[in-house]
Amino acid sequence: MHTVAKLIDTTMCIGCKACEVACQEWNDLEFTLGTFDGSYQTMPGLTHNFWNLIQFREVERNGAMSWLMAKYQCMHCVDPGCLRACPAPGAIVKLPNGTVDFHQDNCIGCGYCITGCPFDVPRLSPATKKVYKCSLCSDRTAVGLEPACIKTCPTNCLSFGTRESLLEEAEARSAELRADGHSLAGVYNPAGVGGTHVLYVLSDASRPEEYGLPRNPTIPWAVVLWKGPVKWLGNLVLAGGILGAFFHYLRYGPKSHDDGGKH
Amino acid sequence: MTNGWTDVANADVVLVMGGNPAENHPVGFRFVMEARRKRKAKLVSVDPRFNRTAAVSDCYVPIRAGTDIAFLAGLIHYALSRNLHHAEYVRLHTNAAFLVKEGFGFEDGYFSGWDAEKKAYDKSSWQYEVDGEGYARTDESLESPRTVFQLMKRHYARYTSEKVAEICGSTAAEFEKAAAIICSTGGPGRSGTVLYALGWTQHSHSVQLIHTAAMVQLLLGNIGMPGGGVNAQRGHANIQGATDMGTWNTLPGYLKAPRAQWANLEAYLEANTPRSLRRNSLNYWSNTPKFMVSLLKAFYGERATRENGFGYDWLPKNGEGENHSWGYFFDRMHAGGIEGLISFGMNPVANGPNTKKMLAALGKLKWLIIAENFETETAAFWNAKKLAETYYPSAPEARDIGTEVFLLPAACFAEKDGAFVNSSRWLQWKNAAVDPPGEARRDQEIIARLFLKIRHLYEQEGGPGAEAVRSIGWSYSNPESPSLEEVAREINGRDLKSGRQLAGLGELKDDGTTASGCWIYSGSFTEAGNMMARRGQRDPTGLGIYPDWSWSWPANRRILYNRASANEKGEPWDRTRAPVRRENGRWTGDVVDFKADASPEDFGAFIMLPEGVAKLFASDLAEGPFPEHYEPVESPVENALHPAVSSNPMAQVFRGDLDRLGTSKEFPYVALTYRLTEHFHYWTKHVAASSQLQTNFFVELPEELAREKNIRSGDRVRVSSARGHVEGAAMVTRRIRPLQAGGRVIYQVGLPIHWGFVGRVQGPLINNLTPSVLDPNSGTPEYKGFLVNVEKV
Repeated sequence: MHTVAKLIDTTMCIGCKACEVACQEWNDLEFTLGTFDGSYQTMPGLTHNFWNLIQFREVERNGAMSWLMAKYQCMHCVDPGCLRACPAPGAIVKLPNGTVDFHQDNCIGCGYCITGCPFDVPRLSPATKKVYKCSLCSDRTAVGLEPACIKTCPTNCLSFGTRESLLEEAEARSAELRADGHSLAGVYNPAGVGGTHVLYVLSDASRPEEYGLPRNPTIPWAVVLWKGPVKWLGNLVLAGGILGAFFHYLRYGPKSHDDGGKH
Repeated sequence: MTNGWTDVANADVVLVMGGNPAENHPVGFRFVMEARRKRKAKLVSVDPRFNRTAAVSDCYVPIRAGTDIAFLAGLIHYALSRNLHHAEYVRLHTNAAFLVKEGFGFEDGYFSGWDAEKKAYDKSSWQYEVDGEGYARTDESLESPRTVFQLMKRHYARYTSEKVAEICGSTAAEFEKAAAIICSTGGPGRSGTVLYALGWTQHSHSVQLIHTAAMVQLLLGNIGMPGGGVNAQRGHANIQGATDMGTWNTLPGYLKAPRAQWANLEAYLEANTPRSLRRNSLNYWSNTPKFMVSLLKAFYGERATRENGFGYDWLPKNGEGENHSWGYFFDRMHAGGIEGLISFGMNPVANGPNTKKMLAALGKLKWLIIAENFETETAAFWNAKKLAETYYPSAPEARDIGTEVFLLPAACFAEKDGAFVNSSRWLQWKNAAVDPPGEARRDQEIIARLFLKIRHLYEQEGGPGAEAVRSIGWSYSNPESPSLEEVAREINGRDLKSGRQLAGLGELKDDGTTASGCWIYSGSFTEAGNMMARRGQRDPTGLGIYPDWSWSWPANRRILYNRASANEKGEPWDRTRAPVRRENGRWTGDVVDFKADASPEDFGAFIMLPEGVAKLFASDLAEGPFPEHYEPVESPVENALHPAVSSNPMAQVFRGDLDRLGTSKEFPYVALTYRLTEHFHYWTKHVAASSQLQTNFFVELPEELAREKNIRSGDRVRVSSARGHVEGAAMVTRRIRPLQAGGRVIYQVGLPIHWGFVGRVQGPLINNLTPSVLDPNSGTPEYKGFLVNVEKV
C-alpha cells in the first residue's frame, strides 16, 4: 500500500486561516476565543481543541522584509516519537497509509507522547485528561476524501496524495523556485524522525526555524531508551521480579497473617 | 471588473494597489497564484502596509496613504518619457488625437475655469474642439500641442521618479523597479492587470484615482485584453448587484436619477442621451430612451402610457444641487431634516464616517426600521452611552432619545434564493440552503408587506405622492412575498405584446411595448430559462471565459471592451490571447463588445462612449479632466506640487459642529482603516469561528514609533483624532515602514475595522476617528489617510 502525505507549499500560503476553521468544523472542535500575542496568529500555539495553526513570523532576509506564514500541525512522522513513548496499547496507532492516529478511548492521559514528540504537537485536555492532535482526518481519508484543510485551501498551497508523488512534486517545485531566484528553496522532510507524512516546500530551506519548524528534530533519547534498551531492561526487571516472587514463595511459602483476622 | 477573476490567470503582471486580495479576496486570489505559477507573472504590491498580499509579492513598494495618484501619474510619465506605451493602441483606441479647446490649462493646482467664489469649476474649457457638425477635431499625428496626447505628456512631466518618491515616501529606485515591471506590459505580447478595492475608493479624490489607473492601462494597451483591465474587487457578496440596480444617484442600469430641471420625460431624455462625437462612433447610450421607457414600464406596468410620459412624473426628482448619497443624507438627518430611515443589511453607526455624528443623527429621527440578522450597533444606537461610555461620554441617555426603533428579524444570505452579482459581473443564481429561523422573514416579504400597507394607507387617506404610490405595478402571484424568480424575470424584461421573455437588451423598445427592470441584465432570464443558474464549464477560447457558467452582464460578455484586443483590421494584438476573432464576417469567441457582424473599421472600439474611443482626457469628473495629485484633506504635509492648493478643491467637507478636522500639530500620524481576512465587515463578530480567529481589536504601529513612545506589543494604546478615540492592544511591527515626506519622517498607523459595541467579541468602532470628508463624484468617505495621535494608556 502506498502511504499518503500532505504537501504544504509555504510560498503559496496567504495566511487566510481557512484550514484552521475547516479543521475545527470537520473535527467538531469547539470554538473558543483567540489569544493576542502581538501577531496575526490566532493563538500562541496548538491546543487540545485547535490542531492546525498558521504561524506568522516577520523576518528580514538580505535587508528585505518577509512575512512568513506556515501551517503547523502533527507531522505524521515515519518514526513517530509519540508512538514510541506511549505505554497504553491502542492509544496511538500507525495506520498502513502512514497516518499517526490517537484513539482517546485507550488513552490513559500519562502525557508521555507529549514528551516523545519532537514537534511539540500533542495536547492534553484538562477536562477529559486525554491527549489530542491532528488525525490527518483519518475518518475522511478512510473513505477516499482528502483532509478538511486540503479541501478548503483557496490557493492550492496544500495538496494531498501519495507520499511518493508528493515528494517528487515538492522537489520539482523547489527546483522551480530555485530557478526563479530563490536559491535556497528546498523540501522539509526531516530525517531524524525517518521523514514525515507532512512535507513542506520552503523558500529558504536552510532556515526552517523561520517557519517554526525544528532544524533537526529527533526523538528524545529518554523516549528512545524507554521503548528500546530500557524497555528490554524493564522487561528483564519485571520478569526477574516475577521469577523472584515465585522462588520466594517456594522458599517461604504463603504469607501468614497475624493481625487477628481483621480483613 | 472590466475583466473577471478567472481572467487574472492570463496576466503577465499583476499590480495590486488600493486593495489586498490575499486578505480580503482569498478565493479570487487563487487566480493571481495561478498566473504566477503558470505564466511566471510578476506580482507588484503597493501599500502603506506590508500586508498578506505583499508577503507573496515579487516587488513591494510602501506608499504614504492618499498619494496613489502621484504614483500612477509617475507611471504615466515613466511610460511616455521612455516610449514604453503601446503607441498603435493609444492612437487607435483612445482620444489621444482629439484636440482640446484653446483656453484649457492647469496652473498652481487649478484647472482652467475655477471660480474661487463659487468654489466650483466652469467646465466649458475642458471640451474638444468641434467642427460644424459637432464632431471632435483630431490630429492623428498626435503632434499638435492641443492634442490630448501632448497635453497629457506636459501635465505629467512633473511626475518624475524623484517627485513621486518625495510625495509617496518610498525611494525613487523602489518606484522605478515597480515601474519597470508594470510598464513591461506596454508591448502587444504582454498583459498586465490592476486589482484594487477600497484602498482606492476611500479618498477625497478616489474617482480620479481610478481614472489614473485607467489611463495607465490604456497607455499600456491593457484594456480589452485577457489578463488586463482595471478590476474593482467588490467587498460584499452582492455589492456589485446593489450598484447595478441603482443607488442614490442612479436608476437601475446606471441611468441618471431624474432631477427637477428635467421636468418631463422628453427633457430627461434630451439631457441624458449623448450625441456622437465622432462619425464612426456607435454611441450605444443613444439607446437611452429604450432603456428608460422599458424601465418605466417595469415600474408602472399598464399605468405607464405615452400620454403620461410612461409615468416619469411619478419618479422622485433631485432638486438643484441636491445630493442624496450617504454622507449628505446623514448630514441632513443630523440637521433634523429627515423623519425616518429604513435600513436593510446596513449598519450606518458602524460603517459611516464619524460615529458620533451617526449616533447623533439617528437620535433626530422619529422612527428607525432595521431589518437584520443580529442586533447591530445601529439597532442599539440608543444604548451607546451605556454600552460604550468610554467612547461616547456625552451621548444622551436612552430615556432622552425620542427615536422609535423597530428591529425586524431578517433572513440571512443562506436562507434566501436569488442571484449574487460578483466582482466579475457574473449573476450567479443560488438556492436557499435552510429556512429562516423563528420569526425571521426574507427581505422581499418585509418590503412587500411594508409596501402593501403603505399603499393601503395612501388609498384610504390620500396625501402628496398618493398617485405615484398607487401607480406602482405589483402584479406578482404572491403580492405579500413575491418569489425572486418572478422578480428576476421582470428584471430581464418581456415583450408586452406577446408576453415573451426578452432574449437580450437588443430587443428593448422605446414605444412602451417592452418592459425591463434593468436593461444591463436583459438576457439573464430568457425563454430558455434562468441563465444565471447555469453551471457549464466549457471554455472554448482556453482563456477562462466559461460562457456557460452563470450569466455575465452585459449580454453575457466576460471581457469588457474586448474589441480593443485587436488592431484596426481586427487582428489580435496577441494571437495567443485573443478573446475575440473575426471569422467569416462575424466576431467569435467572447461576446464581442461591438456590433457582432460589423467590420472592424466600421466603428470605434469603445461603443459605450460618444467618442467611440477611450478617454484619457475626461471632462465628466468634478475636479478636472486629467487626474492630479491632491493631499488627503487631513494631511501631515503640504502638496509638494502646489502648496497653496493642497487637497482636492472639490472635495466635500462638512462643517457641522461634529465635523471637526485636525492638524498635524495635534495629530501627527497618518492613519488608515482596513479589513482582515478573518472577519467580514461588522457582521462576523457575531460568529464563533471568526471571533476566535481575530478576537481582539489591535493597532498596528511601526517599530520606530513604538520605540519613541515606549510602547511594546500588547500594551494598551489610545488612538485619537479630532472626532473621537479608540483604545486597544498595540501590535508593534516592522511591516509598516516609516516614510520620508515633506522633509520629515511620517509614521502610519494601521487600524482594522471589525469591532463594535455589540457582538460575541467587542471593541471600539473605528469610525469614531474618521472624518466626514467625501469624494465629490462618488460621495465615498476618506478612510485612508487621516490624522491621529497615539498614546500609551
